[in-house]
Amino acid sequence: MANAKLWGLKKSPWVFHVAAASCNNCDIEILDVLTPRWDVERFGIVLVGSPRHADALLVTGVLNRKSLPRVLRVYEQTPKPCLVIGVGTCTCDNHMFTPSYNVVGPYDKYIPVDVFIPGCPPKPEAIISGVVKALARL
Amino acid sequence: MSVFGVLFSYLIFPGFIFTAVIGLFLTWIDRKVTARIHWRVGPPWYQPYADFLKLLLKETIIPEGSSKVFFLLGPILGLVSMTILAVMLFSMNMNPGTTFLGDLIVIIYLLALPPIGLMIGASASKNPLASVGVSREMTQYFAYELPFLITIATVILKAGGSIRFGDIILAQQASGPFLYSISGVIGAVVILLSMQAKLGFIPFDIPEAEQEIMAGVYIEYSGVAFAMYRITRAMMLFLLPLFLISLLWGGFGDWWAIPKFLLIIVLMILIKNTNPRIRIDQSLRFFWLGIGVLSVIGLVLAVYGL
Repeated sequence: MANAKLWGLKKSPWVFHVAAASCNNCDIEILDVLTPRWDVERFGIVLVGSPRHADALLVTGVLNRKSLPRVLRVYEQTPKPCLVIGVGTCTCDNHMFTPSYNVVGPYDKYIPVDVFIPGCPPKPEAIISGVVKALARL
Repeated sequence: MSVFGVLFSYLIFPGFIFTAVIGLFLTWIDRKVTARIHWRVGPPWYQPYADFLKLLLKETIIPEGSSKVFFLLGPILGLVSMTILAVMLFSMNMNPGTTFLGDLIVIIYLLALPPIGLMIGASASKNPLASVGVSREMTQYFAYELPFLITIATVILKAGGSIRFGDIILAQQASGPFLYSISGVIGAVVILLSMQAKLGFIPFDIPEAEQEIMAGVYIEYSGVAFAMYRITRAMMLFLLPLFLISLLWGGFGDWWAIPKFLLIIVLMILIKNTNPRIRIDQSLRFFWLGIGVLSVIGLVLAVYGL
């Protein structure tokens, strides 16, 4: 039973894209991953419209006072088990926004993040490699 | 038939498991053909089964403040009606003698149950986007049901006024399929487009428009309940073309049904991949003023025996 669960989760991770105040570069790179050139539907990865359907949350952008409650709410709405994948350097260490008064810090202070993908923005290949590493951790 | 035979026919062979397995395979064909049209590789063959298994084993969240009974009743209604429809379609095509008076009416109601279940469940989920989806689903249902019913009236007329499903199949076996006439072709076009809307395929996927209202009616469903909706959809993808074949193309008692079935499926996937989503008012106008008038013309032609 546990094996079947793991197999299903590994073979069909549905992704919800949480754009938490990012500058849109990482979002565009995420859309690139879904284009025919990289075609992640080969691995069963589909972008879904509702966090209720998601198995993985792709979070982008630097976490600030306005976006923190929203991110927490989306995380609580997602059925467990779910992965959290931080895309972009902003999610890892706030990048160049560290001195800002409004920034409340990297994501793993608040929610368990499975894998960080650094880069500003990361290449589509890097995003795919990050998702593969996140799935291998299961 | 013994109790065991009845249980077997509802749960295993023409009923739930057989229809679900074939239906999920057809959703894979749909996704794969779509991917090839996009010049992609597409998912592997086990993809729909992996999706289904994963959804079964995930947490099912019932939103706070929603009506629990109606929220969970929605998916069950559609699933049960599709299972019954599978048994009825197969038994009447394999053995037209098992028909009873008015079973065509029963089939029309069974086909109406999945959208009604969807409306009940989604409106119980207490989500504003779901209620937008429900209102669109309801409008869409009234839009496509009118030409669909007029076409079924055409078929009844061509079968000599019988509302037994078995009689329609027997009439076609005796004097050739209804499709090979002008009103038959019109009826096939009308039913094909209504099927597209019933399945929520792209020109008519207005109730679950992902980019506008985030999966609309399905927005609050997760886990087992969402898996049931998906499997209902997959069973419909298998049963609706079979319904069209048995209504207009001479039933599926012989092996010729397989190429007919594949032709209908490929046509539906091609319509899906070559059209943009239309607005709900455009859909209503299309079905009532365009397709509706066409189906009335078909009915009039059928009265004159064409």
